Amino acid sequence: MNSRGFYTLFYKEVLRFGKVWLQTLGAPIITSLLYLLVFSHVLEGRMEVFEGVSYSAFLIPGLMMMSLIQNAFANSSSSIIQSKVTGNIVFLLLAPLSYLEMYLAFMLAAVVRGMVVGLGVLVVGIFFVDLPVHSVVALVSFGLLSGAVLATFGVIAGIWAEKFDQLAGAQNFIIMPLSFLSGVFYSIHSLPPFWQKLSHFNPFFYMIDGFRYGFFGVSDVDPRFSLAVLVASLGILAILTLAMLSRGYRLRD
Amino acid sequence: MSAAITIAGVHKRFGNLRALDGVEFNVERGEFFGLLGPNGAGKSTLINVIAGLTRASEGAVAVLGHDVVSDYRSSRMKLGVVPQELVFDPFFTVREVLRIQAGYFGLGAECYPWLEELMSELQLANKADANMRTLSGGMKRRVLIAQALVHKPEVVVLDEPTAGVDVELRQSLWVFIRKLHEQGHTIVLTTHYLEEAESLCDRIAILNHGKVIALDTKQGMLARGIGRRMRVCITTAEPISALPPRLTEKLRRQQANVIELELDRDSDSVIDLLDEVRSTGVAVTDLHTEEADLEDVFVELVRQGRK
Repeated sequence: MNSRGFYTLFYKEVLRFGKVWLQTLGAPIITSLLYLLVFSHVLEGRMEVFEGVSYSAFLIPGLMMMSLIQNAFANSSSSIIQSKVTGNIVFLLLAPLSYLEMYLAFMLAAVVRGMVVGLGVLVVGIFFVDLPVHSVVALVSFGLLSGAVLATFGVIAGIWAEKFDQLAGAQNFIIMPLSFLSGVFYSIHSLPPFWQKLSHFNPFFYMIDGFRYGFFGVSDVDPRFSLAVLVASLGILAILTLAMLSRGYRLRD
Repeated sequence: MSAAITIAGVHKRFGNLRALDGVEFNVERGEFFGLLGPNGAGKSTLINVIAGLTRASEGAVAVLGHDVVSDYRSSRMKLGVVPQELVFDPFFTVREVLRIQAGYFGLGAECYPWLEELMSELQLANKADANMRTLSGGMKRRVLIAQALVHKPEVVVLDEPTAGVDVELRQSLWVFIRKLHEQGHTIVLTTHYLEEAESLCDRIAILNHGKVIALDTKQGMLARGIGRRMRVCITTAEPISALPPRLTEKLRRQQANVIELELDRDSDSVIDLLDEVRSTGVAVTDLHTEEADLEDVFVELVRQGRK
């Protein structure tokens, strides 16, 4: 095990997004704040999704999770595609790092960025709304697991994509629709039955529903089931990532 | 004792293209080995296979006895590669880049004095905290070399390190590479400059269309006459009606008042030949010479049917 090599890659990835923090951390927090201000202004007092929970309070966990997963995906995917396109990935490929070490370093650094952005949204949000905390364990578990799932998906997308527009396609046609349609702004119980059923095939729904449970103790589905869905998703994606890395898919042709 | 690099029956196919077609040779420890060939000959593909950046379709490569696929950690620890392209990470400074690269090889603060020494040696010290984006092409080339040496590898592969660099930098890189060799590193240098290979390398392999078409010591290569030929084009005021016998045997082509001669760089003198032309009574109005290039070498090798 090349533990220093693993730590160096992890540290480099954190340093990379830290150097451009305005873009990687500041911008997504401001975007979430704008969502919060606009949707709260329009819908506050007009709908109550969970009993005794204001719409603004309902919205914040969804926005936190949406920012967390989108940024976890963006970090690993953009780092890999940039390195591939500019050619500097060669320095990593020449190093004595195993596939597992490479995957874990990219994934964990992306989770860190996702968590920092998620916490930033929380810090900004609690200036406007009081938020209860039902289970810290649930919050941390869903936060970390969801970040890990999307960070892993980002590694896959970064390896697969050969051009920036392919990555933008994955972001705009997969990540954005699935996160917007996962119940960030509403409870799936407010949807017609067909769309409710369809939402259960969206893994992002379980991330947000479980995360919201951590705040309010209320969820659309059993949080243990949501947790199992996330663990299974992470396992499948991690196996796929390691298989791609070990074959050298689009990296060591 | 195992060779520095063992290349055993390596084939690499990209679809129908055979980039490497049964390449097989060893680079011995402590050697300064030149890998020559025109663009597209397969030099970089072979380097990539050695470095583990590309997987061979068939065959095996080992660095100091460590297979580059099955024992990749050990082989990569022994190998430093300077890529041909000027690639860099635009997020970091020179010092950060070197510390990160050393970290990948499991090295921490204990190697920082060596990194400072490397920067000083490669005249990068005053750019240590400059972002990579702000460096000139020559400086970026030096950083690439430093990155390849952070872990003090025993075998150093330089993929066309002097391609596109100015004369001054080329000379300083030669001095630095010679010094590395003197310190005991095995050096593999790819180039398409015959002059560079002649000046630096002990042994040379010439690759063409993915095959080794010549593999010999520098002296052995020169003994075959490879790379010792030069062409001289002489334009005269009027066509020469009867060439002296000494010019006839050197004649490659004659067209109107232009004659093209092929000379041996060691035994023939251009001045003597000019005197011979003048002795026919015609005035010389123009002259230019061309050094033998690899194309000549290949033509010659094919003609000789040697390997």
